[in-house]
Amino acid sequence: MTGRTRENLNTNYLNYVKTQDPPTKHLKNCAAAFGVGGLICCIGQFIRYMLQYAGLTGDELAGSTSVILIFLGCLLTGLGVYDRIGRYAGAGSIVPITGFANSVTSPAIEFKTEGWIYGMAAKMFTVAGAIIVFGVFSGVLVGLIYLFV
Amino acid sequence: MEAEILAIFLQYLKAFAVGGGICLIAQIIINFTDLTAGKILVYFMLAGVVLTAVGLYQPLVDFAGAGATVPISGFGYLLANGAIKGAERGFFYAITGSLTAASAGVTAAVVFAFIMALIFKSRTKRN
Repeated sequence: MTGRTRENLNTNYLNYVKTQDPPTKHLKNCAAAFGVGGLICCIGQFIRYMLQYAGLTGDELAGSTSVILIFLGCLLTGLGVYDRIGRYAGAGSIVPITGFANSVTSPAIEFKTEGWIYGMAAKMFTVAGAIIVFGVFSGVLVGLIYLFV
Repeated sequence: MEAEILAIFLQYLKAFAVGGGICLIAQIIINFTDLTAGKILVYFMLAGVVLTAVGLYQPLVDFAGAGATVPISGFGYLLANGAIKGAERGFFYAITGSLTAASAGVTAAVVFAFIMALIFKSRTKRN
């Protein structure tokens, strides 16, 4: 017999929710993530070959490839296609750079109604801001370590 | 000629396997923990930075090409690589190198997201 304390109610409720959840389809999930993630990387490889063919090299080649992929990610998010891919592919659509583009564009469009400055512009960085904060900080650390070691 | 086509095909295969593999790892982590998409992105980016700093990510990029640079860990690779290259030129570039290298990606994301926000309206999520 469990007492009706708040904690018990909470754990009881969470256990109840777990029994009602559809079971996670691990295999299907993982196959979709692998396939879609791999496919996006192949598209990236294709863009890379095309730009190489157009005469780009080095940093310009790598940078332009990401810019085109980010453009595609933003466009598909705007069209509402990327969310549909995401529902099917899970991490396969989150982890590639197009997922980064999605995480910037999606709140930008969604919070437009709250105004351009506090809505669109500020909310744009809800996820990307965290990536940039930790990225820049760890990047500076790596730079300093390589400078002094 | 045939050898060239074979090499290109093999490169696609490697990009697919490695890129898909990185996404697979993320999916397994999502399945067995309750990490959200944002946290996965940050952790994978940090993993890219760390692996690049210890010299393990560069071989993966040489092997898999876009398969290693397209996932968000490739963004971390870009940041760390910029910092490492900057460190060779002195203190100032060691500090600024990482964001300089990432400027293309960040600029593209901001500009394109802005344009999309101008064009598209928020739609009700359909399930």
